[in-house]
Amino acid sequence: MIQQAFFGYFAFAITVLSLLVITRKNPIHSVAWMLLLFFHIASLYLFLNAEFLAAVQVIVYAGAILVLFLFAVLLVNVREEMKISRFIGAGATGFAFAAALLVVVLMSIRSFIAAPPGIYTVDLIKQETHTVVLGKILYTEFLYPFEVASLILLVAIIGAIVLAKRRLKG
Amino acid sequence: MVPLSWYMALSIIVFSIGVFGFLSRRNVILMFMSIELMLNAVNINLIAMSHYLQDMRGQILAFFVIAVAAAEAAIGLAIVIALFRNKATAHVDDMKEMRG
Repeated sequence: MIQQAFFGYFAFAITVLSLLVITRKNPIHSVAWMLLLFFHIASLYLFLNAEFLAAVQVIVYAGAILVLFLFAVLLVNVREEMKISRFIGAGATGFAFAAALLVVVLMSIRSFIAAPPGIYTVDLIKQETHTVVLGKILYTEFLYPFEVASLILLVAIIGAIVLAKRRLKG
Repeated sequence: MVPLSWYMALSIIVFSIGVFGFLSRRNVILMFMSIELMLNAVNINLIAMSHYLQDMRGQILAFFVIAVAAAEAAIGLAIVIALFRNKATAHVDDMKEMRG
């Protein structure tokens, strides 16, 4: 019972906060609500026994990505932003599309059939600790994707510098 | 015990909110924030599946999603800054040079 109440609170808070993020007129308010949203999602990860992912969520999303967004928001003229409409003319079409997607996928959840459970039971993870189990899989079975991810991050660093620097004359 | 379908329902609700924000906001930065919202919805689903199916690969996949989201945010905001330097606007409906 207490688990359902806990999940209910977090589901409600996450839904309301994500609605607040996309409907605020002032982009700085959106970033602030998004910070709260990321902390709620991290708590949901803790509820699912994924403590390493919860820490990564707080460090990478709340720590790094939101600071990037805050820097970009400073480019926007907030006073001008408050005057004009926050949605484009085709906003109603976007709402209809999103609502249709929600209904279709919600209906399809009922026909979901779970795969047979794997070997990583809660007891095994508790015995070996979560980060050790995650690291063992990441550096053996998923070593090649891990290297590809590091290459993607390198490309992102170089690409961001190339795109954002001023073009040299001549 | 909370059933898995509740997590899936929460995930699709957040994903749809992200789709709505991406399709209808005027500001480019808000559109990028909607993409982050969608990626977070996918992560909730992956980690819930990983817990209920007792398989750690879902969490590894969520880990990679977070890495790609960081790269996407850096590149996307660099594009916004380059756009802002050329057009001095962050509104999608002011960018209509490609219109035939």
